[in-house]
Amino acid sequence: MKALNRLIRRVVNFTTRRRGEERLREEIESHIAAQTEENIRAGILPAEAARQARVKFGATEPIRQDYRAEEGLPLLEDLMLDVRYALRVLWKSPAFTLVGIFTLALGIGANVVVFGVVNAVLLRPLDVSDPHNLYQLRLKPWTSGKALTTSYPAFEDYRQRNTTFSGLAGYNGFTGGRLRWGNAVKNVSGYSVTGNYFELLGVQPQLGRLVQPTDDRGPNSAPYMVLSDSLWRTAFNADPSVVGTPVRLGKYPFTVVGVAPARFHGTERFQWPDYWTPVVNNFDAKYLQDRKGRPLTVLGRLKPGVTPERTAEDLSAIAAQLAKEYPTTDTGVPLRLVRPGLQGDARDVIRGFLYGVTGLTLLVLVAACANLASLFAARAADRNRELALRVALGASRWRLVRQLMTEAIVVSMLGGAAGLVAATLLLGALNRGQSPPPGQVAVSVDTGVNLAALLLTLVSGLLFGMIPARQVWQSSPLQAIKSGPADSTPRRRLSLRDLLLGAQIAICTLLVTASFVSVRGMVRMLHAPLGFQPQSAMIAEMAVSEEGDVPLEQKKKAMLEAVQSIPGVTAAGTVSKVPFTGGLRGIPVFPPGTTEFTLNHSVLEPYGLTISPGYFETAGTRLLSGRDVSWHDTAEAPHVAVVNATFARTMWGDAPAIGQRFIVFDHLREVVGIVEDSKYNEIGESPPPAFYLPFSQHEQANTTFIVRSQRAQNEMAAALERTLSGFAPDASIMVQSWRDAMAGALFPSRAAASGLGVMGLLAAMLAVTGIFGMAAYNVSRRMKELGIRVALGARTKHVISAAVGRPIVLLGVGSFAGLILCVLASRLLAQIVYQANPRDPVVVLGAVLTMALLGLAASAIPALRALAVDPSKLMRTE
Amino acid sequence: MKQKTDVQQGTLALMVLKTLDVLGPLHGYGVARRIEQISGDLLSVNQGTLYPVLLRLEQEGSVASEWGPSENNRRARFYRLTPAGRKALQEEKRDWEQTAAIVARFFDVKAGELS
Repeated sequence: MKALNRLIRRVVNFTTRRRGEERLREEIESHIAAQTEENIRAGILPAEAARQARVKFGATEPIRQDYRAEEGLPLLEDLMLDVRYALRVLWKSPAFTLVGIFTLALGIGANVVVFGVVNAVLLRPLDVSDPHNLYQLRLKPWTSGKALTTSYPAFEDYRQRNTTFSGLAGYNGFTGGRLRWGNAVKNVSGYSVTGNYFELLGVQPQLGRLVQPTDDRGPNSAPYMVLSDSLWRTAFNADPSVVGTPVRLGKYPFTVVGVAPARFHGTERFQWPDYWTPVVNNFDAKYLQDRKGRPLTVLGRLKPGVTPERTAEDLSAIAAQLAKEYPTTDTGVPLRLVRPGLQGDARDVIRGFLYGVTGLTLLVLVAACANLASLFAARAADRNRELALRVALGASRWRLVRQLMTEAIVVSMLGGAAGLVAATLLLGALNRGQSPPPGQVAVSVDTGVNLAALLLTLVSGLLFGMIPARQVWQSSPLQAIKSGPADSTPRRRLSLRDLLLGAQIAICTLLVTASFVSVRGMVRMLHAPLGFQPQSAMIAEMAVSEEGDVPLEQKKKAMLEAVQSIPGVTAAGTVSKVPFTGGLRGIPVFPPGTTEFTLNHSVLEPYGLTISPGYFETAGTRLLSGRDVSWHDTAEAPHVAVVNATFARTMWGDAPAIGQRFIVFDHLREVVGIVEDSKYNEIGESPPPAFYLPFSQHEQANTTFIVRSQRAQNEMAAALERTLSGFAPDASIMVQSWRDAMAGALFPSRAAASGLGVMGLLAAMLAVTGIFGMAAYNVSRRMKELGIRVALGARTKHVISAAVGRPIVLLGVGSFAGLILCVLASRLLAQIVYQANPRDPVVVLGAVLTMALLGLAASAIPALRALAVDPSKLMRTE
Repeated sequence: MKQKTDVQQGTLALMVLKTLDVLGPLHGYGVARRIEQISGDLLSVNQGTLYPVLLRLEQEGSVASEWGPSENNRRARFYRLTPAGRKALQEEKRDWEQTAAIVARFFDVKAGELS
């Protein structure tokens, strides 16, 4: 209580700046006067009496200090003094201060942006209850692409047989269509979920109700729809009476029953559903019985105390059981558990990428710190005499160190604040201008990001403040005052500042090289052979309805003919699934003569696509030998297939593949053509085997039209959409350019190239300021010496080498070290960039040239200044 | 002559409180004189150190102070004990007596009693 009173009074005194100086002075005076009178009364002479009174009172100065210390908060007061002094000193050299703040703002800003993204994508838990206990089931082999796990019947089996989960829920994340309500229409995509989905995730509705376990009562028993917050806001104007509104999804009626909370976007960070419907009401009700497909992604919560490993074993045992019970459909592939959120295994890729970028960004900050450290060290050297004087006048070294540290921290705080503000603005712009391919991910500057920025700022302030502090600690005032200003530190062969600059240049070279590597990777990727030509092609995805009297095959043919007759179309074809849009999976293929179609009898699991005649020509896939499928390959004709080169080689080695046979989808098919290999999921993959069937011999509702034309894309898109919706007014039609559809696959490399490009730019700027600072400082310190040299007849060459020789040598050594670092870091780079190769001669040459140019640019001005030295003027001024 | 004992802050604060308790409101000089008299010149304080202690007590709320005229009509700052200070004094007094009693008992102990 007493201590608290005292603290409060001190804080109050401190903040109100109340000072009792006057009061103490008066009290001392009155005390000494009283004592003097007493002494006089005791018979001492007045002069002596006053002296004795003072002696008895003791030295007033320490008392005054004690008094002051007791009154306020001395530590804080000193700090304020330091800060005020630092601000004054910094104010007096604005150029230095601005360069310092700007440099640090770059470093901190870059880090805040990257950390913001890392935080949003990797660190922040999903907005569900108890996210640490939530897992996603996944097939054991590492696969890229979408997160599909099981068929619906298999999901039910897992749910009933497992002993390790307290709950399992599934969702099909690839449903969508045309949403109609009132007179409005909108293309949407959403999830169809099992009844316990929301319960398992612990999500509460913000309006109405969500899908609930009682909705699972057999096919088409629950035509209910839950809207996402964003769909509710954009399409329904956040209408609170939306509950009960009838809507149509495709041609199926649904009733809106509720709205999900604003913070809930499903469990995938990059793919936010617009709505949720019960799985029992998915329009393709077949798949509730079908064991072949794997449309469901399964989420589960572990029972307390159960490890993910044990669970994986339990699940794999069930998978093996199921494979025995259903040998024609269930593969028995073991399962494992992953964290949901980043499309299953893409998490590893994304994590590697982000952490790699984080590492490089931290290097930018380190380079900025090295830059600032040498700036501050140079300044401290210039202020050597001032500091020495203060030591001589009785300031403790500790006090001076604290002062210099305060200056460094003040600069770092200002720079950090500037960086944080810039980064916040940038992230805000990123959020607003987000392109669809990476999906929506809300990157925000939250407490964590702010804390990280503060921490980085403080640490970097301490880092570059330490260098001048160390200098002061070691300096001797006598030496400093004795020697002149021009030569206050003995020139060592290799000073700390040289080391700092060297390190800075090495880091900058590393970053510049990394950005070259990434740009090269990007260019190479854009030119990588894909096995098709996405340029200037449009694609239109739709599900062609199987209902009605006309067979699917004829509908498709009619639509294709209509598309081909759109004016300006040069080629058109259909394919069941366009490469690079996900959702492809292996289809078991059996050799001729197989009688038992269990999965362990299959010889290969290639991708299978159904196409129309003319697809290869339209897609730009070259036919290597044989023929394309044709309209004569009808359902009644002998079944045929076209395979890719890898398929042919894997199946039949060097033997000619044309005329060979294999069984797929219950039919024996003859190979009639071979096409070149292409990529299907990502650019880095080695070409997978694949076969193509004419759609007339294997029906699939999902169809994508591919169209090439000379007309402008938006014009073509409109014409395509018009033509196709004439056939199927209810179907959801997605028209876009093939390039846009592939943007998701290209996004990592794009992001890497632009991210590393920006970082390379930052690094180049840092290198320039570093070299420039050092060279300019060198020249200004040695002005007198250079003047004498010129007066004595030194040649241009010598003057230049004296002026900027050292920075240039450091540039060479630093760049070399940076290149070596880059080679050592190639594994890190490989995480970020497609086919990263820092030993690529173009890259090395580019980096060396860049650094040389930077060095030249940075040292040109100081060198010119050195050359322009006018000895007579110089001699007169100093 | 014996070295004058260095008065510790806490002890000094206690003495100040007791002095104010016994004599009522006093100015700084008066407190110093009083302490000097009672401690029999053994505790002749570096008198000025009293003032930070007085300030501290005031900030703690144990004493309050105001300006007033001194005996010889000088302006002086008079300190008086607050109720909180009186309570603090009683507590401190109890603590001291306990400590003193324990120490005294140790000094009284004879060799035989310890075995």
